[in-house]
Amino acid sequence: MDRELLLLSTICFLAAVGRTIVELRARIFRPVGFNFFAIGLGFIFQTGFLSIRGHALGRCPLTNLFEVLVFLAWSVALIYLLVGPVYRLSLMGAFTAPLVVLLQGIALLAPIDKPHAVKMPANPWLEFHASMSLVAYGAFALACIAGVMFLLQERQLKTHQLRSIFYHLPPLSDLFAAITRLLWWGFALYTLGLVAGFFIGQPLPMRQVICAIGVWLLYAAILQGRHLRRLAPKSVAALCIIGFSAALTLLWGITFTGQMNLP
Amino acid sequence: MNLFCVGLSHHQTDVEARERFAGHAETNCILREAGCTEALLLATCNRVEVYGASDKRISTDEVARCLAREIDHDPHPYAAPFYRYEDEKCAQHLFRVASGLDSMVVGETEILGQAKKAYEQARAGGVAGRYLHRLFQRAFRVAKQVRTRTEITRGSVSVGSIAVDLAGKIFGDLAKCKVLLLGAGETGERTARALASRGVIDLRVSNRSEERAAILAQSVVARAIPFAHWTKQCQEVDIMITSTSSEKPLLMREKLEPMLRARIDRPLFIIDIAVPRNVDPGVNELGGVYLYDIDSLQSIAEQSLALRRQQVIIAEEIIAEHVAEFSKLLARGLNTGVGNSEPRSIGDTASQTL
Repeated sequence: MDRELLLLSTICFLAAVGRTIVELRARIFRPVGFNFFAIGLGFIFQTGFLSIRGHALGRCPLTNLFEVLVFLAWSVALIYLLVGPVYRLSLMGAFTAPLVVLLQGIALLAPIDKPHAVKMPANPWLEFHASMSLVAYGAFALACIAGVMFLLQERQLKTHQLRSIFYHLPPLSDLFAAITRLLWWGFALYTLGLVAGFFIGQPLPMRQVICAIGVWLLYAAILQGRHLRRLAPKSVAALCIIGFSAALTLLWGITFTGQMNLP
Repeated sequence: MNLFCVGLSHHQTDVEARERFAGHAETNCILREAGCTEALLLATCNRVEVYGASDKRISTDEVARCLAREIDHDPHPYAAPFYRYEDEKCAQHLFRVASGLDSMVVGETEILGQAKKAYEQARAGGVAGRYLHRLFQRAFRVAKQVRTRTEITRGSVSVGSIAVDLAGKIFGDLAKCKVLLLGAGETGERTARALASRGVIDLRVSNRSEERAAILAQSVVARAIPFAHWTKQCQEVDIMITSTSSEKPLLMREKLEPMLRARIDRPLFIIDIAVPRNVDPGVNELGGVYLYDIDSLQSIAEQSLALRRQQVIIAEEIIAEHVAEFSKLLARGLNTGVGNSEPRSIGDTASQTL
């Protein structure tokens, strides 16, 4: 039942991607309306999936790479639904949906949904750490998406080649403001998650700690550069993309190695 | 009973020919002398058209005579090449006109407002009845659909409006932007005025002739800056419009680069509309600087027009759907369908006949 919900959710996001592609090909791109509805519906199915899985496990569904990917996709959709309308970044849906499809597609297709042989006891600090970190990843993902939009817009302005999508992209200043706010939100949540990790009450694997602190330092450096006006908006946008790619790789590494080490 | 349209437009006539007809016609004359039951006059700078409903075929000469009444005593006032469309062709033509497909600048939206105004006037005057009501209401619907379902109105096509749009794409809210107008060229002044109309408050003017700068500053509500001090402004302003008659570039990359270090997080938009150019093209390679010269602005205007032309096919498909639907309504005497309510005060003859 839960996988069916996840499949339905993926179809919703896929519909948003498909619609965007068709409209871009026909050069009649209109970002509002359908995409927001499709993502909203997909989010409901995602929530349904996580809820069922959570009840079955008796804890936050973050016990294997499959669940981590779905939770991350859910965080991305959640942040989009919160941020998109507030900052009038409706076009962000066109960029968010492919990322969610990619995450959930891997989750559904790869053989990574392996249940634990031993039922792990619920640990509130561990669950708080994991869920906060993943919601922070959702904010970093949206900052990365806003970064892509910024660079796309900036390139068209520099080269004087204005494509159809140019007219739907928000102004550079708005995108940069959104990137900055998303980075701050993501950083605050990630810091909370990181601190919670030290209260788990179990010995922490050194490699995971180093990776987590590495991600924290990376985003701290971006924000510091922005705060001190040492980084140009274009560099911040590029670093958001690089930062999220690195963070995602590390997340995969942490979760995958963690799963491999389980009994 | 049939619907018809008789008129002339920028496609067939020059402005001189259109001037002979525009603005002097009376729909009453068309109703009374040409024998229409309903009539509506759409007169703009690019077209003069009469939309009407009549029992018999009305000669274009009759309409031309009414349109030219009182203003033209030329012995051959009707030599202008009037076109004529009937029933579904008439509907198709109006749908295209209202959607901006028949305009000189494809996709312009002003014509829709003009058509609405013409319809309101005809309705208030009691000369537009059920037929024209249905025809025009449908035309307004079609125009709205074309505008929302295609990109036909996207992009600006004049230098001033492109500059303003680009500024909006870089800065969002222009109210907080500081603008420097360097030189007192006419296009520069127009662009500055366009920016002011979009909310720019802090406007500065600098010119070799301080007197001219002061006059211009007063005219566009700006602050005059001595020409010797304009380079320092590059550190402060967000938008710079250059239009001096200098033979050599005034702003070189080497001069601007050090000034940008102090404003790393603030973009600089430079609109160089001078010929020869006032700004070294290499400036565009600097991070955070967006330089547009007259050629690049005109190239964007062409891109916008090309984009609009690509959308014409999609718009024509939308129109064709509506024409097909409207033809069915016409065949049924326009008696069914949504919005069957009569407009206020239609001509008695028209309502009785229908």
